[in-house]
Amino acid sequence: MLIYIRVDYNIRTSMIKKFAIILITTIALIGNVNASSDGELLLKKNDPAEIKECWEGFNRASFALNQGLDKVIFKPIASIYRTFPIPIKSGVSNSLDNLSNVVTIPNNILQGEFAKAGINTGRFVINSTIGVLGLIDVASLMGFEEYEKEDYGQTLATYGAGPGCYIVLPVLGPSTARDTVSLTANFLGGDAWYNVTVKNDTQYFSDFDYYASKATSGVDFRAKNYDSINNVEKNSIDFYASVKSLYLQDRQQRILNAKTIVDTQDDSDWEEIEN
Amino acid sequence: MKKKLFSVIFTLILLANNVVAIEADIFVQSTVNRASKLLSEDISKEEKIEKLKIIAKDTVDIQGIGFYTLGSARKNLSDIEKVKYSEKFEKYFLKSFSSRLAEYTNPEINVFAKEILNKNYTIVNSTLKATNERPEIKIDWRIYTKNPDQPLIRDLIIEGLSLARTQKEEFASVLSSNDGDINVLFKVLEEFSNN
Repeated sequence: MLIYIRVDYNIRTSMIKKFAIILITTIALIGNVNASSDGELLLKKNDPAEIKECWEGFNRASFALNQGLDKVIFKPIASIYRTFPIPIKSGVSNSLDNLSNVVTIPNNILQGEFAKAGINTGRFVINSTIGVLGLIDVASLMGFEEYEKEDYGQTLATYGAGPGCYIVLPVLGPSTARDTVSLTANFLGGDAWYNVTVKNDTQYFSDFDYYASKATSGVDFRAKNYDSINNVEKNSIDFYASVKSLYLQDRQQRILNAKTIVDTQDDSDWEEIEN
Repeated sequence: MKKKLFSVIFTLILLANNVVAIEADIFVQSTVNRASKLLSEDISKEEKIEKLKIIAKDTVDIQGIGFYTLGSARKNLSDIEKVKYSEKFEKYFLKSFSSRLAEYTNPEINVFAKEILNKNYTIVNSTLKATNERPEIKIDWRIYTKNPDQPLIRDLIIEGLSLARTQKEEFASVLSSNDGDINVLFKVLEEFSNN
């Protein structure tokens, strides 16, 4: 009887938790969709200049915290990591890219990009096996098209959800309301890597594997952009605004799957100064 | 006779224009080579910075970038303020530009394509060769070609991210945090240039 009550209690707690997440997600999404449901183009919706700054005080505080963490943790580790031999860095980078396929593939499908989903599935299978757990990008050597990451935020954007307000998440960094909400999809079964490491107790992986992969991904990104980030920081009159602009430009480009810069550059501002 | 003379003159003018006009991609490659040669010279960093400023003045439309960067705030400025802004922006830009580039010792940039957008703009595509410490970087150049004899750089787009746009949003942030007061921006630019 006691066991039954306990199991029942656990199921109910789990259900309430899930329900709360779905409710928050839905409310936030409705807000986002309403914020930009006027039929504007995807380009316009995700234009960095159009994205609102609703919580600047919080964002700047969070940004300062992240800068502190970067100074103490990520920057020192990245400065050592970038001196590693190229084959090691490429292997790590390839492996992380390969792992990200487990989120990219469902998003390819959700966006109706079935051919891309097929290609990425092939890429994932080949690289995970012949490519020794993704360390070697055999698929690219075989002529597979260039890999492009997709996530649930990009999918929501293609469904017409606007970005909502800009937000800087502690530890995780810059985001938007839409992209933050979409993160929850990863924890609700949308990320197979999370499912087999953290969510389900498999005998092959542990929580550590998931968090270690995320931390490595952060270090890899920091190392690749080491000089650029230092340069922007040194030469900015408002570093927070620079990072915001760079992040939002990058997101816009990813959402549009822009191949050339002309796709995301608005020439009207340049034409204006002619007058 | 008159007709022939006219044809000869017309052809000569046409030829002269074609000879003088500089292709945007050639302009970028020669500018890059000029900067690259300078950066590999065995001179002090300060000397490099001073020489880079000269290259920037020759090849970059600093005033155009300055007004673009100011965005809609430009419309509210008086003529005196515009002059003041242009002066301060040039100092800021030259310092920022040269100190950014001076960090590189011998950057290898290869120009490989161009796309003519209209008579005023051409986008030139290039790559900065990978080193042991960083991967290859894609750099696109927005070249202002209104005067074909003297093309000028208006923007650098690194991996799809526009530096001019970033700077514009940075300036907008400074202005919006200070009720649009242009004097605050003047002060910030001056502080940056003097540091």
